[in-house]
Amino acid sequence: MYEGVIQHLIDELGRLPGVGPKGAQRIAFHLLAADPEDVKRLAAALVEVTERVRFCRTCGNVAEADECRICLDPRRDLSVICVVEEPKDVAAIEKIREFRGRYHVLGGAISPIDGVGPDELRIRELMTRLSDGTVTELILATDPNLEGEATATYLARLVKPMGLRVTRPASGLPVGGDLEYADEVTLGRAFEGRRLLDV
Amino acid sequence: MYLTRLALTDFRSWAVADVSLEPGVTVFSGPNGEGKTNLVEAVGYVATLGSHRAAQDAPLVRRGAERAVLRAAVTSTDGSSILEIEVNPGRANRVRLNRAPLTRPREILGVLRTVLFAPEDLALVKGDPGERRRFLDDLLVAMAPRYAAVRGDYDRVLRQRSALLKSAGLKSGRSAQARDAIAATLDVWDAHLARTGAELLVGRERLVRALRPLVERSYTAVVGAQGPAAIAYRRSFGEAAPGGTGNTAERQNAEKSAGTRGAELGMAEAGLRDALADARTSELDRGVCLVGPHRDELELFIREMPARGYASHGESWSLALALRLASFDLLRAGREDPVLILDDVFAELDAGRRDRLAALVAGAEQVLVTAAAPADVPPVLAGARFTISGGVLTRAG
Ligand SMILES: Nc1ncnc2c1ncn2[C@@H]1O[C@H](COP(=O)(O)OP(=O)(O)OP(=O)(O)O)[C@@H](O)[C@H]1O
Ligand SMILES: [Mg+2]
Ligand SMILES: [Zn+2]
Repeated sequence: MYEGVIQHLIDELGRLPGVGPKGAQRIAFHLLAADPEDVKRLAAALVEVTERVRFCRTCGNVAEADECRICLDPRRDLSVICVVEEPKDVAAIEKIREFRGRYHVLGGAISPIDGVGPDELRIRELMTRLSDGTVTELILATDPNLEGEATATYLARLVKPMGLRVTRPASGLPVGGDLEYADEVTLGRAFEGRRLLDV
Repeated sequence: MYLTRLALTDFRSWAVADVSLEPGVTVFSGPNGEGKTNLVEAVGYVATLGSHRAAQDAPLVRRGAERAVLRAAVTSTDGSSILEIEVNPGRANRVRLNRAPLTRPREILGVLRTVLFAPEDLALVKGDPGERRRFLDDLLVAMAPRYAAVRGDYDRVLRQRSALLKSAGLKSGRSAQARDAIAATLDVWDAHLARTGAELLVGRERLVRALRPLVERSYTAVVGAQGPAAIAYRRSFGEAAPGGTGNTAERQNAEKSAGTRGAELGMAEAGLRDALADARTSELDRGVCLVGPHRDELELFIREMPARGYASHGESWSLALALRLASFDLLRAGREDPVLILDDVFAELDAGRRDRLAALVAGAEQVLVTAAAPADVPPVLAGARFTISGGVLTRAG
């Protein structure tokens, strides 16, 4: 245990994902030894992000306005929506620069163990977006693990009566994995070779 | 294949242990509680990532230590490999193969293959059905390591689906709309349970068909003429599986009709799906998953009577041995021998059974034996000898 403020910082850092107690301590002492101007810039960035970044009211992606950069871009194809679990998945797919449609971020995947059912995800919002007939293809790019597969199957069944083209990125993605960790070539290939979901 | 070295740090009673090993027989002897079983348990852990006597990893780490490290060097026809496992209870283990870290611990499975005989095996005959399912699944993974993933997936689907059933039960007073939503989600898990469950089911059924004649033969070899012993796989639902009956004529017919693996998978999946649909109401009432390979049974018979509840103590022991011997036969068929481990098994057997067992295993490429009294080990199993005393391992011959 350290003096009040230092321990407080270590505790806060330790709550970040991927940072254990040892890591938190290392970061804290690194910050103490760093140029105060650098640290202030970091603190300002943290404050700015909490004040300025919101979630896009259309797709659920991170945004600096009511809608995100992608939903606001008139060049994007309105007829295709790619459904993902988290904003970080949008970033991963954007990196391959091939997908020109728009996204829908669910905010997770169906997982009864964690108390997450369809009602806890942004599925109702998705159904609203699909209701006017503009969208003709839905790509279900939830993670290639059990919960992601289950969520994709659930959605495919739900939208079946709407007669959309429903596809899922081809396997070849590491099974049991996380979309975010797939490299760009693999992800690009998976998108090109997406297959129709028959449920 | 055979081990050339086993080195342990903070594993069970061993702060450090380092043994060089050779092909052939090695006997570890010494007083009770000296750590003989701990040594061979470590070998089994390196092969399977699990202990034959602890369900969790915590007891494997030496009291007061934070983690245990197991290192083994293995020589097989593919060459030599170095396997290293850091056991971190409550967290992911770290596994390295030839010094390269593996992303998933289970990628190490199959590098070292073992068959372990232990006093705990009696539970295969006398214990709950779960013991026998675990026996089949462990053997399936040893035969084809990809089943570790199938088993992991099935366990996860089962946990998800059970969680949903439980919460659905709590919400049963809710609106029709809420019930529809639960039914739709349940449909999805049913489909996944049927798919992964069918893989596991067909894997086990094929395994039991291959194992059955070997168990019969091994049992006779151990006991002499008081057999026969038989095994059969019984599904938790629907009609008997192909070859799932103890009756010989019926069984042979069914075996002929058992088709390709693909056809069997399709049928098992459809069967599971139907059974889940039939069981839906009672599952919702009880909040548990009533259908699937997690409720199946490996039935054991001696002279057409169920072994559990009928067989004598000695017969139960012999049948447990026969199951292990049959596993060994299956694992070595067309491939190199797995490492055979006999933990304290001779003390439990009469002289005749002892000698017959020893004769059956003496030809294996490597056999590791533990015994409190070296005199219990039949002379055909002569080889290298180590004694353990006061926690110190000494080569005695
Ligand atoms: N996590 C642990 N930390 C320290 N000691 C342990 C741990 N787990 C087990 N032991 C000790 O290891 C000993 C048991 O070792 P082991 O089972 O290998 O004995 P053994 O030599 O096979 O004896 P037996 O002849 O009775 O089978 C016990 O004395 C037990 O207290
Ligand atoms: Mg012992
Ligand atoms: Zn948006």
